[in-house]
Amino acid sequence: MSSRSRRRLNRPTTHARFQAYGINHLRALVFSLGKLYRAPFSSLLTLLVIAIALTLPSILYLILVNLQQVTPQWDRTAQISVFLASSVADDDVPALATRLAQRADVATTEGITRDQALEEFRTHSGFGDAVDALGENPLPAVILVTPALDTQTPANLEALVASLNELAEVDSASLDMQWVQRLYAIMDTLERTTLILALLLGLGVILVVGNTIRLDVQNRREEIEVAKLVGATDAFIRRPFLYGGLWLGLGGALIALLIVATTRILLTYPVQDLAALYGGQYGIRGLTPTDSLTLLATGALLGLAGSWITVGRHLKHIEPS
Amino acid sequence: MIHLKNVTKRYPTGHEALSRINLKLDKGAMAFLTGHSGAGKSTLLKLIALIERPTRGRLIVNDQDLAGLAPRQVPYFRRQIGIIFQDHHLLHDRSVFDNVALPLVIQGYRQHEIARRARAALDRVGLLHKEGAAPITLSSGEQQRVGIARAVVHKPAILLADEPTGNLDPDLSREIMELFIRFNQVGTTVMIASHDLELISSLGKPMVRLHEGRLQREAQPEPA
Repeated sequence: MSSRSRRRLNRPTTHARFQAYGINHLRALVFSLGKLYRAPFSSLLTLLVIAIALTLPSILYLILVNLQQVTPQWDRTAQISVFLASSVADDDVPALATRLAQRADVATTEGITRDQALEEFRTHSGFGDAVDALGENPLPAVILVTPALDTQTPANLEALVASLNELAEVDSASLDMQWVQRLYAIMDTLERTTLILALLLGLGVILVVGNTIRLDVQNRREEIEVAKLVGATDAFIRRPFLYGGLWLGLGGALIALLIVATTRILLTYPVQDLAALYGGQYGIRGLTPTDSLTLLATGALLGLAGSWITVGRHLKHIEPS
Repeated sequence: MIHLKNVTKRYPTGHEALSRINLKLDKGAMAFLTGHSGAGKSTLLKLIALIERPTRGRLIVNDQDLAGLAPRQVPYFRRQIGIIFQDHHLLHDRSVFDNVALPLVIQGYRQHEIARRARAALDRVGLLHKEGAAPITLSSGEQQRVGIARAVVHKPAILLADEPTGNLDPDLSREIMELFIRFNQVGTTVMIASHDLELISSLGKPMVRLHEGRLQREAQPEPA
């Protein structure tokens, strides 16, 4: 038999190759886990650094989410006062209110006729006699418009107010927009800060993992040379390091989850006190299962990226000699 | 099996380690590479194992033209070769068994197959009883035999050894060489670099002498 045909016979089947691939992955996985286990102190230090880097943006994110959760309740009170022209008769007010309520960008309306307005003014202001002295009702009819939920961004509210102002029956429609705009500006700032911080700290995680793996590659230089000498592919040599990075990222994210959960518990009472001072009640929203999975996946991916970049760079320079 | 055509190796420093070497070793043959240190023996073995690439000339090893092998293919090529060094390159953080098993692990063998083959290789070098030992606790002769077991565990077509007896006393050296002859007898092509002329001339195998990077005697066919 020629050596060529023998080599063909010796070539493993696709199935066997896949099996070998799986076995190699499993071994690298177990091996890299074992390495963390064998150096618990230095592993823990690295894990903590990664965890802190992942915790900061997570907490900022939670602050943002909680703020957003509080604001819809404020938005709903953002009513638009639509003052009707004096030409509109009191009898027509309910019909107009109903018509406005049918708009897509309006949730509910409440019509107040001139008589009702006068009645209310008399009851609450204490100036009833003064009004009577005027002889005629000076108050306009008003329709209180509550915007639909999805209309409650500053731009949409402004558009709604503008289109109400164009109606012939309307004298003027107004809304104090400033506090809404301020609030949204604050949230935009916070959101962007969170994003920038997350990017920077994510980069930090990549660097920390990269540096840890770089030291590991250098420590195992001899082993890598021998492995290359007996026919190890770069993929084979890279694999335990990649898993090592993955574990660091994943473990760091897991610790970050714990830190975030603890922080939330520590803040529960102060926040309840704060809410009580505002006459309300509020429970902090923590990370949802989806948030938690995203954090874990992000940690794992950053760890993998960190080790991938380093191992790729350093492996090339290690050749048997 | 091993065929060098007009091979020259010049290092970036300008030193020419090998000059226009022509050499042919048939499949199943065994030959010794001799010469003073610095004569180019190690360089020649490194070229065959693709640890280094020639400056000029062609190498054909196991029917493969090495010039045509991409870096990606080098690991698969090396799996057809077993290499033994003077300083045996054992990994000291793992047992004798794990050292020998390394090539099989790399090639993705299953655990029971690895155990079977690694023990068979250790048995052939007479060290089965030391499989659990740390390499550091073995004598240098034993360490060298572990290195040999690792080089043959995956049944390579070619066995290359660079001064495998360099650190050993004469009795141990003869033992090691007889081990190589036994591997050759079961069909492995063997090339050994050694300056121990007294020992290798007694073994009845062809010798190739290198002097300052030049070939002084061609490999002769094995005496019948």
